[in-house]
Amino acid sequence: MDMHVLLVTAAKASYLLAALLFILGIKRMSSPVTARAGIKWAGVGMVIATLATFAITGTNNLAWIVAGIAIGVLPTWLWGRKVAMTDMPQMVALFNGMGGGSAAAIGAIELLKFSAEPSASHPLSTLVLAVIGALIGSISMTGSIIAWAKLDGRMDKRFTFAGQQAFNFAVFAAAVLAGLALVFWKLDVNLVVVFFVLALAFGVLMTLPIGGADMPVVISLYNAFTGLAVAFEGYAMGIEALIVAGMVVGAAGTFLTQLMAKAMNRPISGVLFSNFGGGGEGTAIAGAQKPIEAADAASLLYMAEKVIIVPGYGMAVAQAQHKIWELSQALIKAGKEVKFAIHPVAGRMPGHMNVLLAEAGVPYDLIADMDEINPEFKTCDVAIVIGANDVVNPAARTDKASPIYGMPILDVVEARQTIVIKRGKGTGFAGIENALFYADHTRMLYADGKEAANQLISELKMIEGGGGH
Amino acid sequence: MIDGFLALYIFMLAAFTGKEIIGRVPVILHTPLMSGSNFVHGIVLVGAMIALAEATTPLGIAIGFIGVILGAGNAAGGYVVTERMLEMFKSSKNENKG
Repeated sequence: MDMHVLLVTAAKASYLLAALLFILGIKRMSSPVTARAGIKWAGVGMVIATLATFAITGTNNLAWIVAGIAIGVLPTWLWGRKVAMTDMPQMVALFNGMGGGSAAAIGAIELLKFSAEPSASHPLSTLVLAVIGALIGSISMTGSIIAWAKLDGRMDKRFTFAGQQAFNFAVFAAAVLAGLALVFWKLDVNLVVVFFVLALAFGVLMTLPIGGADMPVVISLYNAFTGLAVAFEGYAMGIEALIVAGMVVGAAGTFLTQLMAKAMNRPISGVLFSNFGGGGEGTAIAGAQKPIEAADAASLLYMAEKVIIVPGYGMAVAQAQHKIWELSQALIKAGKEVKFAIHPVAGRMPGHMNVLLAEAGVPYDLIADMDEINPEFKTCDVAIVIGANDVVNPAARTDKASPIYGMPILDVVEARQTIVIKRGKGTGFAGIENALFYADHTRMLYADGKEAANQLISELKMIEGGGGH
Repeated sequence: MIDGFLALYIFMLAAFTGKEIIGRVPVILHTPLMSGSNFVHGIVLVGAMIALAEATTPLGIAIGFIGVILGAGNAAGGYVVTERMLEMFKSSKNENKG
């Protein structure tokens, strides 16, 4: 057998091994006990696949390849090591966008290569999937970059103008038409350029009006897009590892996106094409919000036996996770049962709250799912809501006129007492009043999350120091 | 080149694998799955490397070079971020034992 054929066979065998390691790795990531081993398995698979690829590429453009890898790896590795945990959502968005861009680049090379050859030399299915992969890869790249800019606070949260949806649709339709023309009419270099400009522009336009609490759905969706784009370009190039890994991620990402959308009780199209809060005002709420001082809140906690803490995006903004865990530890030391209740879409990416709590040192067995914790609110003496709003609004269950009616919520309103830590009286992302804040047994502690937790800790110490029983 | 129908089978089976692997997972695991799957599609680097190796025109080389940079960034960044997040997940039971 000739040397090159042998090397290519060896590389293909390594890809098979890498694909196996990816699947086993992701499987291990579905349990907190084995998750750390899982990412290492997947990492080994990636290194094996990358090294094996040099057997296929040989010395062609070798300097460019090595330089490209170095330029790609070094800054992201260093940046990823030192970035703050609160910035994780934008990092995930950014790395995802890079993957989408890479898939789009492969698509561009393939299409340019095809355009230089006679049209009969490539099968239709290859051309079609190369075009679709390039389209969604491009959308994922520019869309993720906009999502990154928004999450990083570099850009106004939402950007809307009159006729935006019609305009966006027109751009998308034009991109699809250009793609169809490439497949069925003419593989022309200028047309390839027009196609990519339209696809990249649509990614930007599509993400501009989306913001805030819809971000977990969007990040998850673009993750699925990149996976699919990688799978399709893998088909166009005839690399099985890309098909398998891309498709597994594409399917898992689509499933996760559906889960997120379901947790918001909104179809994915609703997240993408309509603005939250546009559906109605909801019934006006009678009564007033009742404030509480930190000292009184601390004595409520001191008398409680069971405390459930409900964190939301506000906790991330205030960077209050460490202080909240300090407060929880003080409560646990005083013999109280403490749990954390997490709504699936709390924060700005799937699992955002888990990361922050884990960073602060909260063991994962104290963290509970919505379905798991909801029956427990009835038996809970004090619920502390920090930085969460729409996901605890009982109007989602009771008020048919509310735009969030039907959204699954945490039943905080069932707790005997609720303390809401909040900066001021403003509304949440959906822009609607929260009935929980007006409930008879709810008290508002108006303060910055970190500051409030600090006050509660010291007030609790004073009560304990006084030896009161 | 992969036979068309064979490829369809690979697509189908990989899609089911993806769905089955993350089916019925608790919220606590959304983070590793989200970020871990974000890392896994960094395999696109392999495709970009081969595309760059096959490129002959200056334009092709330029696009391939960008593709390799982006793919390598996805893989490296995705790995570091995921590992850092997973490192923090620990159980109180383990803590008590240790």
